[in-house]
Amino acid sequence: MITLFFELALTFYFTATIISVVELFRSSKTTTKIMLIFVVTGFVLHTISIVLRYADAGRMPAVNPHEATSFFSWCTVLLFLILEFRYKLGLLGSFIMPLVFVLMLSSAMLPRDIKPLSPELQSYWLSIHTILAFLGNAAFAMAAGIGVMYLIQERYVKSKHPSGLFQRLPNLQILDEINFRLITIGFPLLTLAIISGALWAQSAWGSYLSGDPRIVLAIITWLIYAIVLHTRLLAGWRGKRAAILSIIGFITILIAFFGIKLLKKGLHVFL
Amino acid sequence: MNILIVGLNHKTADVDIREKLAFNGQKLEEALQRIKTLPDVKEAVILSTCNRVEIYLAVSNAAAAHEAIKNFISEFHGIDRSALETSLYAYTDINAVRHVFRVASSLDSMIVGEPQILGQIKDAFDFSLQKKTTGILLNKLMKKTISVAKRIRTETKIAENAVSISFAAVELAKKIFTDLSTKSFMLLGAGDMAELTARHLMSSGVGDVLIANRTYESGEKLAKEFNGRVVRFDDFIHEIVNTDIVICSTGASKYVLMKEQMHKVMKERRHKPVFIIDISVPRNIDPKINDIDNVYLYDVDDLHGIVDTNRLERQKEAEKAEGIIAEEIETFQKWLASLDSVPTVVALRDRADAVKKEEIEKLLNKLPRLGEKERDAVEYMANAIINKLIHPPTAALKEDSEDRDVLIATIRKLYGLDERRD
Repeated sequence: MITLFFELALTFYFTATIISVVELFRSSKTTTKIMLIFVVTGFVLHTISIVLRYADAGRMPAVNPHEATSFFSWCTVLLFLILEFRYKLGLLGSFIMPLVFVLMLSSAMLPRDIKPLSPELQSYWLSIHTILAFLGNAAFAMAAGIGVMYLIQERYVKSKHPSGLFQRLPNLQILDEINFRLITIGFPLLTLAIISGALWAQSAWGSYLSGDPRIVLAIITWLIYAIVLHTRLLAGWRGKRAAILSIIGFITILIAFFGIKLLKKGLHVFL
Repeated sequence: MNILIVGLNHKTADVDIREKLAFNGQKLEEALQRIKTLPDVKEAVILSTCNRVEIYLAVSNAAAAHEAIKNFISEFHGIDRSALETSLYAYTDINAVRHVFRVASSLDSMIVGEPQILGQIKDAFDFSLQKKTTGILLNKLMKKTISVAKRIRTETKIAENAVSISFAAVELAKKIFTDLSTKSFMLLGAGDMAELTARHLMSSGVGDVLIANRTYESGEKLAKEFNGRVVRFDDFIHEIVNTDIVICSTGASKYVLMKEQMHKVMKERRHKPVFIIDISVPRNIDPKINDIDNVYLYDVDDLHGIVDTNRLERQKEAEKAEGIIAEEIETFQKWLASLDSVPTVVALRDRADAVKKEEIEKLLNKLPRLGEKERDAVEYMANAIINKLIHPPTAALKEDSEDRDVLIATIRKLYGLDERRD
C-alpha cells in the first residue's frame, strides 16, 4: 500500500515535471493549471504514503535515506504550493518541480525497508529535529529556485535584449523579496534544527557535538545563510548577490545531504 | 442577401479626406437612418474612427447598393464623387467578412495589435442595435467579429510587447518593480519623448513625481502638469537616493551622471534597484553605470532595439491571427449557407403542394361524383406521396454538409424551383 501511494505520487510529480518543462517553451494558462492539478494530486498521494509509513514504523518517517529524501521533497512541494497559490509567480513550477522530481527519484531508488531505530535514538527529538531541518531545507530549496529565476530575469533586463522568458518571468522585485522571505523562514528553522540536534545528541550519547561531518556542513550552511541575512540587513546587499548566495547555500545543503553519504562515517542514521 | 462594406482608412485616404468623411455625433444617427432607407439596403452599421470610416451593409443587390452608398456619401458630406473614387474601397460577401474580422483584430490597423479598434467596433454595433438598423445578417456578423477578435487576442500574442518607446519603458519598469504606485520617479530635463514616457508612467500609477529642470520656470510648469514637486537641478544626483525611476533628457553635451557618483548613490540607497531611462541624444548618463548591480540603464537605442524586436514578434503573431480568421470565415460561411437552404426547403414544399393541388383539382373535375370519404382518401394518398418524395431532398438540405451550395443549386434545378410558372 505504502509503495503504491509512493509510486503514484512519483508518477504524478513526474508528469507535472514534464509539463512544467514544456511550459518553458510553450506557455498557456491551461498548461499551468494542468501542471498544478498533477502536483496537488501527487502531493495528496505523497502525504498518504508518508502517513501510512508513520503508522507502520511507529515513528517519524525521516530516518533512512529513502524516507529522508521523500520527506524533503514533501516539504518542498508543500512550500511550492503555498507560494504558488499565494503569489501566482509565472514559471515557478518550471524551476522547482524538476528538483522535486530528482529528489523523489533518488528516494525511489534507495532501499525502502523499515529498520528498527536504535533505542538510544528513539525520542520525541526525532520528529522535532527532522521536521525543523527539512522544512528549513525546503525553504532554502525554494529560495535557490527563485534565485535562479532572479538571475535569469536580471540577465534579460541588464542585457537590454529582453526576449524569451522575459515576459513570463515575474518581476525582479518580487523575486528578490520572496527569496529574502524564504531565507528569513529557513534560517530560524535551520538554527532550531541544529540546536534540537545537539540536544538530541546530548540525550542519546551524552555529548552535544560529535565529529559527524554532516554537522560541520550544517554549520557551514548556517554561516552562509547568516551572511546572506547579515549583508542584506546591514549593507542592503540584495538582488543578484543575494540570489547567488542563496544558490551556493543550497548547493552546500545538497552536498551535506547526499555527498557525505559517500564517506559513510556519519552518526546520522541515514548517512 | 449580400454583405457589402464600403469605406476608407489611413492607407487609402489622407487625414483631410478622412476627417471630411467622418460621421461624428449627430451626423452618425442621421446618416444611419438615411442609409437604411436607400434602395437595396436592408441593414447598416457605421464605424467612424480617426483612422477609418466604414459602412457595413446587408443588401439585396450589391452592385446597386454600392452605387447608391457612394452617391449617398458624396451627397451627405458634400464631396465630389470623383474625389472619393480613389479613397473608397468595397468588399462583398466572403471578402467583406474577412475584412471586418481583420479590422476588429487590428490586423488592418496602423499599429498591429492596438487595442482600441475592437471597442470602437463594439460601440458602432451597439449604436446600430439601439437605432434598430441591423437585422439577422449584420447582428450575426458583428457578434462573430467581436468574438473572433477576442479569440485572436487570447490565442495569439498580437497585443503583447510594447511597440512604442514610451510603452517599452513602462513595460521594463514593470519587470523591475512589483508595484509602480509605491515607486517615485524623477523627470530630469524635458523634451517630448521624455514627457510622453512620463505620462505613460503616470497613467500606470507611479507614486511620487520629482521634476528637476535647469530653468526653474519650465520645471514649475511641468510640476503643475504632473502634479509633482520641483527639485533643484544641481541637487538631482542627491535626489536619486530616494528615486526609483529616472527619465533623463537634459540636452547637456556631456554626461551629467558618472559611474563613481552612481556608486555612492547606490550605497546610500542601500542598493535598492533603480531604473534610469536616458532619452537624450547625445546621451547624458555614463553608459558604464549599467554595470553597477541593481542599476538598470536604458538609452534611446536600447529602447528602439526592443521596439523593433517586438514589432517583428507581432508580425509573426499576425500570421497566426490570419490563420484563425481563415478558420472562422469557414464557420461563418456555413452559417450563411444554412440561411440559404431555408428558402429552398420552403420553395420545394410549395412546389410540391402546388402540383398536388393542381392534380387533385383535375381529378375531381373528371370524377365529380366522388363522395366526401373518397375525396379525403384521394387527398390523403396525394399527401403521402409528396411527403415521401420530398422528404429525402428536404433532409439533405437541412443536413450540415460541405457542399451544400452545390446541393441547393442541384435541387433548385431538378425541381425547377427557379423557373417561373404561369
